[in-house]
Amino acid sequence: MMKKLTPILLSTLTFLLGWHLITRYSDIPNFILPSPLSVWNRFLKSVNDGSLPYHTWITLIEIVLGLVVGVLFATVVGYILAKSRSLEKVLSPYLVASQAIPVVAIAPLLVIWLGDGILSKVIICALIVFFPVLVNTIVGVRAVPSALYDLMGSLHASRVQTLWKVEVPASLPVFLGGLRIGATLSVIGAIVGELVSAEQGLGFLLQLGDFQYDTPMVFVAVFMLIALALMLYGVVRLLENKFLKWQERSNV
Amino acid sequence: MHTPILTIRNINTVFPDENGGLRALRDVSFDVHPREFICVLGPSGSGKTTLLRILAGLIKPTSGSFTFGHGEQPSIGMVFQQANLMPWRTVTENIKLPLEVKQMDEKSTREKTKEMIELIGLDGFAETLPRDLSGGMAQRVAIARALIHNPDLLLLDEPFGSLDALTRERMWTELSRIWQARQQTVIMVTHSINESLFLADRVLVLTRRPGTIKMDMEVDLPRPRNDDMRYTPHFGKLARKLREAIE
Repeated sequence: MMKKLTPILLSTLTFLLGWHLITRYSDIPNFILPSPLSVWNRFLKSVNDGSLPYHTWITLIEIVLGLVVGVLFATVVGYILAKSRSLEKVLSPYLVASQAIPVVAIAPLLVIWLGDGILSKVIICALIVFFPVLVNTIVGVRAVPSALYDLMGSLHASRVQTLWKVEVPASLPVFLGGLRIGATLSVIGAIVGELVSAEQGLGFLLQLGDFQYDTPMVFVAVFMLIALALMLYGVVRLLENKFLKWQERSNV
Repeated sequence: MHTPILTIRNINTVFPDENGGLRALRDVSFDVHPREFICVLGPSGSGKTTLLRILAGLIKPTSGSFTFGHGEQPSIGMVFQQANLMPWRTVTENIKLPLEVKQMDEKSTREKTKEMIELIGLDGFAETLPRDLSGGMAQRVAIARALIHNPDLLLLDEPFGSLDALTRERMWTELSRIWQARQQTVIMVTHSINESLFLADRVLVLTRRPGTIKMDMEVDLPRPRNDDMRYTPHFGKLARKLREAIE
């Protein structure tokens, strides 16, 4: 564990030191590039007045709800498309076309339609999560070896049994790969929504800091976003470690 | 003689393709008796595997019928060319799959699984994952999985084709031992004459596509059979007969 952490710790320290030296020995004003110390102080202040925990909590809720909705839809639609070639032929042009539209472009529309509360952010988040999970679900389910279907068929297994005993575990590695991408993208979704219009959340905090030339606050918000993304990524990695043990090399 | 456990009558199979369909099987009829070990021998592309897949209920014949003695849908144990184990399941979990599908209670599942692991001699490997098994061990697990629910019919589709020659011959002895212990009815597809003479009570020879039965030969070699038997004149005579029948 220590061995794994040492390089990360070292590189972080080097980064902070470099950053500190730049702000210390150049004449870049604090509102353009704040020093690490002023960012740290801003962080403590916003924790103490409760604003940072509150806004982080709001963004986290948006992200988690968006992920749940996006992943659920993507999994169900992906499974159906994987099983029905004809349906896939009909729907795939729309799905691909929908990916050509940047979420940033339709985010204002969604805010107009759904209001500037949490709902619009959840939906934007879900939209951005949808595609990678959908594609990986389709690929995963299609990759299930046909011999395993034969095995289940020879045992007169029901469709539900085949789903749970073969299709789910066999497609899980590829599915979790999609979830890993989706989880990190979901942070972007929530922030895009909040930047369009919001009274709360890290995106709101980001914009507020921007308007008030409170650059240290902007930095604090950005670091919180990074922390959220890393945390989500970590959760997916935990799931992978738990469910994909059988894939590890035997000497690990 | 017993009444047959399985009667197969005039099975024809045509796979649709661009030029009017590919005939895989033509008028295949034969009877299978309880506890009989039948080998189906034939050149590649003679529809051997198609025949097994029909009996397993995986595909429907274009015409013809097969009925089981008790008139119900038979339970099937199937072993494939590759071991076809689930890589995410341990040896134990792979073997008990048929009982899970039948929703048997946990206690008897555990007992039967243990019994099967002992039968195939993999006692120390109960919690091993398939990636850590050799080819022969994996195929033994596949055989145990095919037998655990005591199926009416055991179907083997060239189960040892992917093994090296030495392991394959060891598996013959293993399989005939298991077969004698379990008193199972077996239909096995193979293209090895030695394999069929070593294992079978009866050998059916299929012709080239469309496959039809060209020869139905009793193998009257005494059991238990062993390696030395392969060098006896009688074994040679039977082998020659089969070789001549295969085009």
